Amino acid sequence: MIVIAVLVAVSVTLVYRRDGIDGVLEILTHDLALFGGILPRVLAGCLLGAFIAEILPHEKVSRSLGPNSGLKGLLIGTAFGAILPGGPFTAYPVASALLTVGADFGATIAMVVSWTLIGYGRAVAWELPILGTDFTLWRMAISLPLPVLAGALGRFVYVRMYPKAAP
Amino acid sequence: MSALIIDITLWGSVVVLGFIAFQRGRVVLKSSLREGSMDFINIVPRIALGVIGSGYIAAVIPAEIITGWLGPDSGWLGVLTAVIAGAATPGGPVVGFSIGAVALKAGGGTPQVVAYVIAWALFAFQRLILWEIPFMPARFVWFRAAVSVPFPFVAAAIAMVIGKP
Repeated sequence: MIVIAVLVAVSVTLVYRRDGIDGVLEILTHDLALFGGILPRVLAGCLLGAFIAEILPHEKVSRSLGPNSGLKGLLIGTAFGAILPGGPFTAYPVASALLTVGADFGATIAMVVSWTLIGYGRAVAWELPILGTDFTLWRMAISLPLPVLAGALGRFVYVRMYPKAAP
Repeated sequence: MSALIIDITLWGSVVVLGFIAFQRGRVVLKSSLREGSMDFINIVPRIALGVIGSGYIAAVIPAEIITGWLGPDSGWLGVLTAVIAGAATPGGPVVGFSIGAVALKAGGGTPQVVAYVIAWALFAFQRLILWEIPFMPARFVWFRAAVSVPFPFVAAAIAMVIGKP
């Protein structure tokens, strides 16, 4: 947090020296609007994560997303990440909740990677209008196998890095 | 419009899950509401710093530096540059995708731009620190980022094999 605060302070100073107080204020108003816009979604994400942690049965999650869930667990994680609505403020609390209720690193990695690469939220809101339909669909098609591969690699490395944590 | 759809899906899911929690009993609903609100209160100051700060960080890093080295003849070196640039790109979704779009228009190679967009989506440094670490165990975040490193290269390789969109 401190590192980031310093980084931000330095950047503000640089913007001030280059563009004066107007430049600083312009960015500030823009970012404040953005901040106000996402706050409700942050709240929704936190509530979603808390509900999931509370109502998902732990044994079931660790069976279908745990270290022994095999390829099926990775596929479930991938599918879940792809359909999860919202931005980082939803995906990360939910992923964190999954970890606490018994999903392993592999399945959670598959979920997070799938959300970043093939989640429709960001693609529809930002990538389609900016990069165009052809590029976006083509990029998503290429990305399809990646979450499962990343999850499998994660699981493979994790078991070897922390042998005691594995069952 | 699409933002509205996302909001509706998001809050719809919250309501549905809240209803399920309510059926399990009021105590379950209450404790998860309290848990979720506490998370929210803890996270807001970090997000404030992240969102408001990222505009300034993005403003001081010139986009030309990032788009310069991604031409179609740049090959694997271009892909490597793209991956590093993707990891270093600050700012929100607009910045990453816009740089990708500029690179495409300025004659960047498609595999390089794919590698750039995917590296940026997977492990943009600023997002790891500002978004992912506040919400998740740091150990998981670094582990996931490390495991993700090969995949922009894999995607670029697939893009080279199957050709343009």
